Parts: sequence; C-alpha cells; structure tokens
Amino acid sequence: MAQHLKSSSKSILLNILRHNIGFSSPSHASRHLRHNLPHGPLSTRLAPNLITRYCNTMVDTLSSIGSHEDTNSQVMDFPGGKVAFTPEIHFISESNEERVPCYRVLDDNGQQLTNSQFVPVSKEIAVKMYSDMVTLQMMDNIFYEAQRQGRLSFYATAFGEEAINIASAAALSPDDVIFPQYREPGVLLWRGFTLQEFANQCFGNKSDYGKGRQMPVHYGSNKLNYFTVSATIATQLPNAVGAAYSLKMDGKDACAVTFFGDGGSSEGDFHAALNFAAVMEAPVLFICRNNGWAISTPTSDQFRSDGVVVKGRAYGIRSIRVDGNDALAMYSAVHEAREMAIRERRPILIEALTYRVGHHSTSDDSTRYRSADEIEWWNKARNPLSRFRTWVESNGWWSDETESDLRSRIKKEMLEAIRVAEKTEKPNLNHMFSDVYDVPPLNLREQELLVRQAIKSHPLDYPSDVPL
Amino acid sequence: MAARIHGGAATALSTFNPKKLVAPSRTNLPAAARSSKRCIVAGGGSDASKKSLSVRHSQKLIANAAVATKAETSATTGTGHELLLFEALQEGLEEEMDRDPHVCVMGEDVGHYGGSYKVTKGLADKFGDLRVLDTPICENAFTGMGIGAAMTGLRPVIEGMNMGFLLLAFNQISNNCGMLHYTSGGQFTIPVVIRGPGGVGRQLGAEHSQRLESYFQSIPGIQMVACSTPYNAKGLMKAAIRSENPVILFEHVLLYNLKEKIPDEEYICNLEEAEMVRPGEHITILTYSRMRYHVMQAAKTLVNKGYDPEVIDIRSLKPFDLYTIGNSVKKTHRVLIVEECMRTGGIGASLTAAINENFHDYLDAPVMCLSSQDVPTPYAGTLEEWTVVQPAQIVTAVEQLCQ
Repeated sequence: MAQHLKSSSKSILLNILRHNIGFSSPSHASRHLRHNLPHGPLSTRLAPNLITRYCNTMVDTLSSIGSHEDTNSQVMDFPGGKVAFTPEIHFISESNEERVPCYRVLDDNGQQLTNSQFVPVSKEIAVKMYSDMVTLQMMDNIFYEAQRQGRLSFYATAFGEEAINIASAAALSPDDVIFPQYREPGVLLWRGFTLQEFANQCFGNKSDYGKGRQMPVHYGSNKLNYFTVSATIATQLPNAVGAAYSLKMDGKDACAVTFFGDGGSSEGDFHAALNFAAVMEAPVLFICRNNGWAISTPTSDQFRSDGVVVKGRAYGIRSIRVDGNDALAMYSAVHEAREMAIRERRPILIEALTYRVGHHSTSDDSTRYRSADEIEWWNKARNPLSRFRTWVESNGWWSDETESDLRSRIKKEMLEAIRVAEKTEKPNLNHMFSDVYDVPPLNLREQELLVRQAIKSHPLDYPSDVPL
Repeated sequence: MAARIHGGAATALSTFNPKKLVAPSRTNLPAAARSSKRCIVAGGGSDASKKSLSVRHSQKLIANAAVATKAETSATTGTGHELLLFEALQEGLEEEMDRDPHVCVMGEDVGHYGGSYKVTKGLADKFGDLRVLDTPICENAFTGMGIGAAMTGLRPVIEGMNMGFLLLAFNQISNNCGMLHYTSGGQFTIPVVIRGPGGVGRQLGAEHSQRLESYFQSIPGIQMVACSTPYNAKGLMKAAIRSENPVILFEHVLLYNLKEKIPDEEYICNLEEAEMVRPGEHITILTYSRMRYHVMQAAKTLVNKGYDPEVIDIRSLKPFDLYTIGNSVKKTHRVLIVEECMRTGGIGASLTAAINENFHDYLDAPVMCLSSQDVPTPYAGTLEEWTVVQPAQIVTAVEQLCQ
C-alpha cells in the first residue's frame, strides 16, 4: 500500500504512524510499511540462503492507520489507534449477561443433535478413536490398581477426560508438537505409544525412554513429538509458544498444541503465553481441560470469569468453548482450530468443559472435598465413552462383541506389560549422572566415583535392582 | 576435520581429566611468560570441529591496568581490529547467526531498538524481526519460549535486559532449562544461551545491581561463564551458542565500553577454561568480570611493593576450571578470591569450598575471599562504591596473606 504513495505523502504517513501507533523512530515505522519485503506465504520465502530474513507479515492488518475521515470530533488518537469518545460514564460489566455457549454435536445420550455442524469422521478413525478411549480408560484403571497394590509408586488417571485426550489427538497430524500438562497420555496412545512403553516409564526400568528419572505419568517421546511432561503447572505454555515460533520460522505445515487445566489458567505463564502467542502470531493451540477441580479447589475459587474461554479475547485470541465429553465436538473443534492456526498463523484457545471423575492422583482422596454422588453422576450420565459408543454403534461400526473382545485383549496386554515392566532391570547407576550435560563434567564424574565407593563399603544398604 | 591444538593451553573439553596433568603444553607455560601463545580451540560439538579454528593469539593484558610484563602485545598477524566489548558481543552473535540459520535472538527491545546496551544493534535489519524477536515484558514467558524453541530445533539467544530481571525466569531456567535434557532421558536438548548485563553499576539502585550467578550456580544442567574483555566476550558468546548445553553468559554493565584489539580471524574461547591474566609466584588471585580490573589495578601497586601476584580470571563459573586453579595453587600456596557477589552463598563461597576440599595440602594460609557485603546495593554513589571490593582492600589482603 505504501509503495503507491509519493514521497511527500509517505513522510506524512510516517508521521501519522508515529503519532497514532507510537513508533519510536521512522525506521521503526518504515519497517511496518514493508516496502522492502516480498509478500506471499512464508514457505516460499525460505530460499536456501543462510541469512533468511524472517518477518511478521500480519502486522499490517493490526496497525490500522484508520481512514482519513474528516475531523470527526468524536474520535481521539492514542498510541494503539483511534478510540471513540463517549460522554457517559459507563463501566463494562464484569461478565456478560449470558455465558458463552458450549459447542456440542452429540446429546447426553449420544444422539447426534439436529443441524449440528461437525467435521465428518470416517469409520476407521471413529473406531480407532473409540478403541483408544476404551484402552485409555482400562490402562488408567489397571495402573491405578497397581499403585494401590504397591506395585507402582504413583499414578494419575484421566477418567472422564478420554474424549479430550483421544479426539484432540485424532484431529492433529503427527508433525504437530504436543506440550502436555500430565493428564493427556491419550495423545501418546493415539500416536502409537504402546502399553509396554507406558508401563516401562511408570516402572522406571531400563527400557524407559526417560531412563527412569521421572515419576510415573511423566511420559515423553521425541519420536512421537510429545514433549516430556514437566510437573510444574503451565510452564509448558510458553514452551509451546516457542515451539510454534520455531515451526513458523521453518514454514512447516504443523502447529504446537499445549494442554493445561482450569487451575493452570491461573498461573502467570498462562497469561504471558497467550499474550506472546498473539503478538508473535504463533500457530499454537491452547487447549484447556476445564474439569472443575484443581486438586481440591473448585473453579469458583480459581477464577471469577466465565471460565477460561473469555480470557482469549483479552489477549486478542480467537476462542471456543466445547463440550469436552463429546468426542465428535472435540474432534471438530480441534480440527478447525488447527487449520486456522496454521493457515492464518494465529493462536487459538479451546476451553473443553469436562469433569475430573478420578482423584487428582493416587495421593488424593477426592471424596474428602466433593460428594460421591456428584462424581457418580458425571461418571454415568455424562460419560464420554458411552456417548460416543452410542453414535459409533448407530453407524453400525461397533457391537457388544467387538467391545468385549477389545476389553479382554487390552486387559491381557496390560497385565503382561506390567508383568514384564516390573521384572525388567532398572537403568544403570551411571544414568544418574548422564544427560545432565551433553558430556559429564569432572565434578559429576567425581561424584559418581564417591557414590560407587560408598556402595562398595555398604553393599547391603544399596538397592539390589539397580545395576552398577 | 578436527580443530588442531598447537602449543599453548590444552583444552578443558569436557572429556579431559585435569587431574591427570597429561598435557605437556600446559607446564610449558613459564612462570614469567612474556608472550604465551594460546591456541583457540573449538569447544566441542561436531559442527564446530568441522572448521579448523587453529588461531594463535598471544595472551594480552588489558591496556588500562598495565602491569604488563609483556614486551609484545600484538595479535598474530599484526592486523586485527579494535572494538568495544558490546561490539565484540554483537560481532560474535552476528557471525553465529550468519553461520547457522537456527540461531535467533529474543528479548525485550532487542529488535529495531538494538537492545538496551546495543548488543543486538543492526541485527533486526539484517535478519528480520522474527529472527531477532521483540517480546512483551514477561521474562518467564520469553525464557520459556526460548526453551520450547530450542527443544524444537532452534538455538535461541535469550537476552535479559538486566540479569536481575531473570529472577522472574528462574522457574523456567531451573525446572525446564536445566532439567529437561535429563528428565527426558536425553531425548530433547536445550541449546539456549541466556545472557545479559548484571553486577553493580553506577547508581542503578538495588534491584538493578544484582549478582545472579550466586543464585543460578546450584542449578544442575546449566553452565555459567562470565566475560570480561572484548576478546573473551566474543569468544565465549560464540562458544556458548555452539554448545549443546544451556549456557548463561554473564556480562557486566560497566564493562561494555572496554576497548581492545581482537583478531580478524575467527576464534572461539573454551567455555570451561580459566584465563591466565598475569602469571606470578607469590599468591594466586582468582577473580572474574569487573573485579578483574580492580585486581589488576591492585597488582600495579603490589608489583611496586615487590609482590608477584598471579592473577587468574576464572571465566567459567560453573564448572570451575580446577585444573588451571589447582596448578596455580600448587605453585603459589596462597589464594585470594576477589568477587562482586555477596559474601553469603556467592561464587567465592563455592570456590573457597572447592579449593579447600581439593588443594588443602598445598595451602600455606587459609583461603581469603573478598566479596561485597550482604546488603542490597545502596543508591548513593559513595555508599555503592564501598559495597564493591576496591583495589586498596585487595592490596591489604595480599599483604596480609603473604606475611
């Protein structure tokens, strides 16, 4: 646009820009006028040239100069653009009259709602989705029991959130990088992580990709683009923005996807990450599993806004509220969001409403702060598996027989996986010191020697299942 | 083609065991070296070793505190170019960005503004405003962003406008940056560089005069280096960017305008190595960053009084170069540490412990450590001066130790 102006008009324009938008220098302003840059999709600009000049291309649309209206005295210029006046003193209400509606495709009984919009799902995908939801639920059940029996030290289930886990994974591509919180093993499951691999991590044996260093459910797989779970809440959100920025620089047809809970939305990192993603125009999906509880803190004690979806607008981010227990709605929402994120290079916020049917973890007994009836109701009336199963069956793609076949197969596989994982050796002692740096430095090598010396003098105090 | 090592300091590449004293070249360093030639060697990483970086560069002292026992001070070829420390940092950064398209910069005001200390000046014009990224104000977020980008293949250089602000990024640095390579079982690497100016300046106030190296030194998984001359600033910047580990590069607010002539040829400095500033016989003075200059000034006075101090700029704050330090202690038997950190829990405190543990038998006197007091830095110029170790105190300490 600026190219067509004569030089004198251009300098006037620059002055307006500086005034309106608060540019600190003409070079700053002219950078935004973009007269030197090629236009066109990012991917075509990545010539095999070492010094590639990457620039944000959407800033033009944001820094609106405003039309050259005549002196409209009802408008004033501030950095950031023109703002209309009002003579009335009027506070914006703290909440809308109506809560943001929730997108769903299936009703509570699994019947498709009339005139529901959704992305069609093939039989293959639908069956895999349902099977994986069942697998996830059974895996959680069996690992939870194993912990209760003392065979595992810790576990956290995803009961009630199977649809969020599996349906979102199904709508993504394998190139999309995942930054999980800790209640999303279903995404790994969808991508091909085997039950044995899950068990290996939980038991921390030598086949664990994490080399036995983390507690159970802290999975990670660079092969499957699933970034290792870090226990700290919401720290993965800025990481995801960074990954999205990296994908954008490389012009990849992929986005970053990050999950967090209602509690996680209170962390500072959530707000910063959303703001950054909007400013960087990063292709990242922020998926909030609003399951009603942050350990014992209900959402009414977590925030006073209408959930998490309304916070998107505060940062300039497109958002949607979805029924998280509706697999089809989740699938469609994530599918559409991913398209938008990559094509338009923007972040999207998805709030999936659901309920945490299980305890926060095996260290928690949630009946101490909520009624067993409430849990029971959500487990029965709003169960994501039964709703989706009804729909899959109505298409003739599932039956009782396939269900029982699947369940018995999974149970067998799980018990075998646990048996093998339990018996597998733990990682060698030297792995306590490796990977802290790329190569162990002198002090760590010394410290390992000291540990080994101590073990030699007190062999009975040392665990027998950790090889030296 | 691996980098060749000629004479001079053998490398403290991570696989090298300093205790073994295998490198004959080190012991060739004469006590009163006039011009020790040191070869600059690639600090690991296969990319780096593909270029042969054998450059011979004579070890120089800084011009303004010339306790110069050197006759010749020229760089090898006689050419070389003079620049200020912040320009050296910028040159190193630009060279690395030219060399590797994955290197990018993020921080506040690093783009068109060029950085608050002008280290990133001109880079946004050259590389674009995505590769030199201006971020909103949230240190935890852009540090976290850098970590996520690093895990996905980029090599970000994260700038904290002042090191003190990185306290807000402590969570990301400790929990994610330091840990994720380990907890992921080595699946994800985090080759970030976190840099920024710290230390006591001229009346910047307590919040802007912090010594973050004290707080970060415990975090497992990170490396810390402190630059002090244009030469090592550029070398350390380049080495840090090439390292696969997360590196925190500490610059000092008052050293950005130091001028020095540096080689035209490409070189990098070893991240784990200390720098011998002035060889001597009577006492080992260990220091880093700005205190190096106070020490050298004190050294002038000391030489006039007949002492022969050996001054070592430790440069590598985590891990310590116990090889160089140990050799020095074995020679002089007396150690004085001069630092800007607070007395409690600073680099000096850790260094004192390390020396006592490792070289106790070689000491003729207790290790002495001169540090700042455990107070927030006052704004008043006169008071501020007294929170920082001054050359006069260094002279007194040496005299005391050498009795």
